[in-house]
Amino acid sequence: MNKLAWFYFPARLAWRQLIFDRSKLVAAICGVLFACVLVFMQLGFKDSLYASAASAPVKLNGDLFLMHKQSEAMWRPIQFKRSELMRVLGNPAVAEAYPLYLGLAPFKNIQTQVKRTLMVYGFDPDSQIFNVDEIKSKQIDLRLKDTVLFDEYSRPEFGPVRQLLEADQNVTEINDYKVNIVGLFRMGVSFAADGNVITSDLNFMRIFPRRNHGDIDMGVIKLYPGASAKQVEAELKSQLNEFINIFTYEELLKYEKDYWANTAPIGFIFGFGTVMGWVVGLVIVYQILFTDIANHRNEFATLKAMGYEHSYFIRLVFASAFFLAVLGFIPGYLLSVGLYHLAESQMYMPMPMLLSKIITVFMFILSMCVMAGLLAIRKLKDANPADMF
Amino acid sequence: MSTVIDVEHLDFSFGSGVLTQPVLKDITLSIQKGEIVLITGPSGSGKTTFLTIIGGLRQAFHGSVRVLDQQFINSSEPVKVKVRQQIGYIFQQHNLLKSLTALQNVSMTLEMGNTLTEQQRRDRSAEILIAVGLGDRLDYKPGQLSGGQLQRVSIARALVGQPKIILADEPTASLDKQSGYEAVSLLKRLAKESQTTILLVTHDYRILDIADRVVELEDGVIKKI
Repeated sequence: MNKLAWFYFPARLAWRQLIFDRSKLVAAICGVLFACVLVFMQLGFKDSLYASAASAPVKLNGDLFLMHKQSEAMWRPIQFKRSELMRVLGNPAVAEAYPLYLGLAPFKNIQTQVKRTLMVYGFDPDSQIFNVDEIKSKQIDLRLKDTVLFDEYSRPEFGPVRQLLEADQNVTEINDYKVNIVGLFRMGVSFAADGNVITSDLNFMRIFPRRNHGDIDMGVIKLYPGASAKQVEAELKSQLNEFINIFTYEELLKYEKDYWANTAPIGFIFGFGTVMGWVVGLVIVYQILFTDIANHRNEFATLKAMGYEHSYFIRLVFASAFFLAVLGFIPGYLLSVGLYHLAESQMYMPMPMLLSKIITVFMFILSMCVMAGLLAIRKLKDANPADMF
Repeated sequence: MSTVIDVEHLDFSFGSGVLTQPVLKDITLSIQKGEIVLITGPSGSGKTTFLTIIGGLRQAFHGSVRVLDQQFINSSEPVKVKVRQQIGYIFQQHNLLKSLTALQNVSMTLEMGNTLTEQQRRDRSAEILIAVGLGDRLDYKPGQLSGGQLQRVSIARALVGQPKIILADEPTASLDKQSGYEAVSLLKRLAKESQTTILLVTHDYRILDIADRVVELEDGVIKKI
């Protein structure tokens, strides 16, 4: 009971004082809510950015991956010789090695004729290096000349491709080359590309006439079952030319994410936005707590005269900060859920509201309010009971 | 009868150096249990300063101030806080917490000790509010009460903890003659029942007759006892 009362009484008084002035409480909640939504959105964009950056590699079906050392990320690759990739077949653990061709090219909207850039993937249709059922099932169709598969999760600016296909309108141009869309698959857009198209390696060369079979953008390696990717990676590293990067699946995902987080300033921008949200919220909550203490100075001085200790008021201020954090977080969370859905429908990028993110943001808001409390308690010194007479 | 407040040769001054302004000079006064003492005197005579020293709200450095057997001269904050908890204060303004009801305001005194249950605190607070004639105003907030009623709530707040001493500073200043006199008589009646000592600062001559003893201060010196 004693331990409970130690916090319960000041918390109850803090609560009663908060709900006494409704209009001020609403203003305070709005301040926390604002910070909360800001942080939620920044973190949401950042996570979505990372998730989308990895959306293409995540669908790749391989154990090891080769890229040129000068390639910053998959979306802006530097080519290397196909023969370099084929050298890995000398390793007894390697079962298969396939090239992957990547290129950005304008895609003509079938309805509006407007061109917009998307990512084109070229691969050997027999290789099964994409872990996507729709691609595997269209293996036969992809072997034909001038056939492509279109990513259904591409931005709507490319046109309602599904409806157009159902209406048998499947002819368009990529890089001014006429192609037939023979099916759809699902991958998702990223910050680099607004849409995706998959085609065979032969068709890729037709779409990009200046490219040739010998210069590849990525190599996808499959190992025999039971082989250790880490060990083969180390072996290959010593065998391959020094300008080749070799990654395991996880390393490739990390390489892509790190590019967006560090090399591209986007990760920094969202990190900065998050911190700014924290600071703005801190200032708002500090102002609220500070004026609250100033307004209750006489009441606190009276209680001090009656024998309340200074620490009671510190607990009271922190209780107020805690209540503001919780009261602002709940509507902030609900609003953010709505905004996440809105962002998903507008940007066509995944923005999942994960429990870990909810906890992170709440901790963020709580630390913000506690910090504001720490700054505001100095004002308590003004409550001097001797001045009450 | 035991001595509750014992002051000997108390000197007190504001400021330092050439700006030193002596406020209290060589005050010697002792007050017994259950006594009602009024301190009067013109403005600036040091009455309120004296009260804040007795209440442990202001630190004095010269002389001796013993309240409830605790020496206040050069004492630490925890010692004073402990004594303060056994003192009831009544201020010039009511100084009630405006976000709390009358009942909750009175209960604030009891929450400090934390020896009672919520129900016991409510019962005792309600009991004392009924005693000061506010039984029908328990759940009113300060904004809904008149000046006289507010001062009666603050009297209830001072008394509910069964303090050994009540310190009051001009409790009638913001009240008209009728309600002022009623408030003070009420205070006297309730204090006498529980043998509580009252030290009351006033220059309201209409209430002098409630005192057992009147002390007159002038320029920091006790004029007559």
